[in-house]
Amino acid sequence: MGVFAMPSLGSDMEAGTLVEWLVAPGDHVARGDTVAVVETQKGAIEIEVFQDGVVEELTAEIGTELPVGAPLAVILSQGEEAPSTAPPAVRIEATAAVAETVAAEPAPAPAPAPAPAPPGAAPSKAGQASPAARMRAQELGLDLGEIAGTGPGGVIVLGDVERHGAGAAPRPAKALAPDPARGSPLEEMRKAIAAAMTRAKQTIPHFYLAQTVDLEAATGYLDTLNADRPPAERLLMGALFVRAAARAAQAVPSVNGHFDGGAFHASPVVNPGVAVALRGGGLVAPAIIDALALDLDATMAAMRDLVTRARAGRLKGSEMTEGTITISSLGESGAEAMTGVIFPPQVALVGIGAPQVRPWVAGGAVVPRRVVTITIAADHRVSDGRQAARFLTEFDDLLQRPETL
Amino acid sequence: MTDDDIRALFLEELARIAPDIDPGTVGGGDHIQDDLELDSMDVLNLVTALHARTGIDIPEPDYPQIETADKAVAYLSRALA
Repeated sequence: MGVFAMPSLGSDMEAGTLVEWLVAPGDHVARGDTVAVVETQKGAIEIEVFQDGVVEELTAEIGTELPVGAPLAVILSQGEEAPSTAPPAVRIEATAAVAETVAAEPAPAPAPAPAPAPPGAAPSKAGQASPAARMRAQELGLDLGEIAGTGPGGVIVLGDVERHGAGAAPRPAKALAPDPARGSPLEEMRKAIAAAMTRAKQTIPHFYLAQTVDLEAATGYLDTLNADRPPAERLLMGALFVRAAARAAQAVPSVNGHFDGGAFHASPVVNPGVAVALRGGGLVAPAIIDALALDLDATMAAMRDLVTRARAGRLKGSEMTEGTITISSLGESGAEAMTGVIFPPQVALVGIGAPQVRPWVAGGAVVPRRVVTITIAADHRVSDGRQAARFLTEFDDLLQRPETL
Repeated sequence: MTDDDIRALFLEELARIAPDIDPGTVGGGDHIQDDLELDSMDVLNLVTALHARTGIDIPEPDYPQIETADKAVAYLSRALA
């Protein structure tokens, strides 16, 4: 694998701040392991490796804001050597005059970098410090001029500040000085939503189809099921909706996948993103990976887990990027329908209104019924009304036979 | 368990589910969904937590009886008696 870089955790992400390493040099990692926590506009995300290997070196420092693609670590697969010419560490801060190399072997550093001096506790001039070290020194109230640097060319790195600080207390991973250029977490999340939704509305030719679905069968099924179960094992109607949407997406491949590089790529698996409203505002839509492999109980457990971790700020990178269709539900009370905006690079979003009791014709008579309006927003570059209608029909049919979900 | 104990327990679990809620500011008549903005998943988690703490298996048809702190205290205290 070689250089492990800052991943893109969404089409709208430009940069992330490394807040915590979950591995150390020498650790063996397997594909899918979480190795670091990155703070993004959508909160803290655990990022994963995509290949087995051994952590050779952690090159990025905690507290540094790095653009997507910037090197974070060197992770070598078995038999692999460290890259001999490493890309320079790119930093966003203009003050970062420090060039770093990620190579373990002596390689000439790229042009603007001074030749790396052997590590030594050379006294350094104030100002020659990494951004993370600078930030930490500021937090601890330390004078950089009094700290000996051990980084390339005697530059002060974070570890030097920590040692000098000599505080025995462990460093809180998230105690970063506020960046005046960044807004509050809520403002940052609003910016991220604005960027993604603007892009969606500017590039995706949306069209919408809606259908009202009778919930009599699903409600009766749930009431009976839940009556015999302790609270921890009860199901919510939302789990039936997610399960039905996943099955319907399987039946209509043109609403399930990504539109990337000018073409649609249908996904062989269905990873429904579930829109989760965060208390205080904002919204994330982490995906349930391979939902078709989960029965109703496992779907409910996955949703419970996702909501809990979304609110705690502990979602995984794969959950933020691998969604193939999004389901957004208004919950149990409120507006009866929602016409949503597709989350790029996906090509469809299912909006589920709050169920309502409405007059309904059943068996030639008008009766009160609990109904819900399902609206699909789909991408006209990929599908037409016919496919979208088929999705809704499939969804409706499944909810009339809840025991088959 | 006194009514005060039940109220404290209810507010404690409420704050665990919605950490931004200050139990000290929750009124006895505040509706957990309409006023405190719990969603159906939050309500289920609250019911699950109350079940774990009191042993009372609040069935779904009884959910309206725990929709405010005052109602929940009355309901749980009846069930525990």
